[in-house]
Amino acid sequence: MKKNIALSDTGFLFNPSTGDSYSTNPIGLDIIRELKDGSSPKEVLKFILGKYEVEESRIEKDLGDFIDMLKSFQLMDNNG
Amino acid sequence: MSKIIYERPVITKLNTGISNKFGTRTEYTPVTDIDGVSVKSIIKEHGSPCFVISEKQLRKNIRSAQRAFKTRYPKVQFAWSYKTNYINAVCNVFHQEGIWAEVVSGFEYQKAIQNGVPGNKILFNGPDKTTEELKTAMENNSVIHLDHFDELFEVSAMAEERKQKTRVAIRVNMDTGVYPMWDRFGFNYENGQAWNCINKVMANEWLDLTGLHCHIGTYMLAVSAYSIAASKLCDLAVNIKSQWNKSIEYLDMGGGFASANSLKGSYLQGADIIPTIDEYAEAITSVILNYGFKQNELPLLILETGRAMIDDAGYLLGSVLATKRLSDGRRATIMDFGVNILFTAFWYNHKISPAQEFSHHTEDMVLYGPLCMNIDVVRESITLPLLSKGDNVVVHRVGAYNMTQWMQFIQMRPRVVMIDEKGEVHIIRERETIQTLEQLESMPKHLSSFEL
Ligand SMILES: Cc1ncc(COP(=O)(O)O)c(C=O)c1O
Repeated sequence: MKKNIALSDTGFLFNPSTGDSYSTNPIGLDIIRELKDGSSPKEVLKFILGKYEVEESRIEKDLGDFIDMLKSFQLMDNNG
Repeated sequence: MSKIIYERPVITKLNTGISNKFGTRTEYTPVTDIDGVSVKSIIKEHGSPCFVISEKQLRKNIRSAQRAFKTRYPKVQFAWSYKTNYINAVCNVFHQEGIWAEVVSGFEYQKAIQNGVPGNKILFNGPDKTTEELKTAMENNSVIHLDHFDELFEVSAMAEERKQKTRVAIRVNMDTGVYPMWDRFGFNYENGQAWNCINKVMANEWLDLTGLHCHIGTYMLAVSAYSIAASKLCDLAVNIKSQWNKSIEYLDMGGGFASANSLKGSYLQGADIIPTIDEYAEAITSVILNYGFKQNELPLLILETGRAMIDDAGYLLGSVLATKRLSDGRRATIMDFGVNILFTAFWYNHKISPAQEFSHHTEDMVLYGPLCMNIDVVRESITLPLLSKGDNVVVHRVGAYNMTQWMQFIQMRPRVVMIDEKGEVHIIRERETIQTLEQLESMPKHLSSFEL
């Protein structure tokens, strides 16, 4: 996750280098926070499994998809 | 500590400055029941996908259409356009409401007869009527709506030969200012063809010219086109009276009133732009009433309204098979129904609602059907909540043409149920099975076995 991304508690993101803003849902916010704190996708997955009522196969797929979106919006470096 | 209910993570880019012209859309307000019956319970019992007809809505539509015309004109008769939806239970709701049958093939004709519609209350339209079918229609005293001169000559010869008085109507096509003009059916008004046909019918003692008919198009947004059409039919009727001293029994204005669906490519929502049934009724009846017919010679006004009667009484319930991300980042959702059973997805941007509660987060997505074919797109772009595998949706306003134009392609056709006015759910058409389809096939002996 790029370090300079601004994050609000209500799920708004701002990328100062491009001026673009984004909105995410509460679980998206959790994931982005974890990533910003330097967690690896594997660690994020564990964190989500502990907090949310969800099967591992499901979050694995959805998390991969979400991270792809973060990359496509250039909020995340391709190396994670 | 108990865990939080899961929702798929989502992130969307905000486009500042470009606000939605229509304000907040209510498209993703969940629809959890239809006429008080839960969508989930219907799916559980009858499978997914499943078509649902609301008898209550259907009767409501029929009654308000009848009211719109009958309060403006003394003699009105609707005829149900069978091709719009010819499931027998649906047809019988119309017939119970006093509506005749309008058919365009021998098959539909047989359906109407088997449903118990008296022969003289069936209008037989369309370019394709076999000799055998014409004979049956003559015996039953149905009105044969002539479509072309070949048919006129055949019917004339048959009536003479059988010495059978035969009721016919003439389908007239015309310029109503709406293009493209539907000039492939019937006889043209402007070039004199219709009048020529009228004279030929009147000259044949065995033919009884009962009515004049037009159907100027479908999903007509201009009520003025109906005024023009009505005045052209009136003009013919008045001329028939003056030249042949014959009062025409009925003027049949066909169908074509728009339903509240949104046409593809239209910027505006269908419900915001379509004329009301009262506006159509006013346009048609005021022309006829003011045309100068003597009060006791006013023709019966027949209407063959199809989609506007039934579209919003039909729903399609379906389920999400999978979600994926396309190469350009767009979300794609794959549904268990596609253009195979939702034929009208080719013309309309159908309104689709989730059938369960969601958070307020939404996503833009493309909705695909289940077919292994590129054409199978239900909506090119729609904003919906975060759908996941197994979630259910309700597609709105699918009552017209889908349950007749659906194709058995890759998938079999699903069940159709009707919710009656008391909220009871009845199967009105069973789902197809492999047996339904296999019984039509046969295997030449030399192909009956193989080794692999
Ligand atoms: C002769 C005739 N009558 C009635 C209809 C019903 O039309 P709609 O569903 O547009 O009302 C049609 C449909 O095309 C038709 O061809």
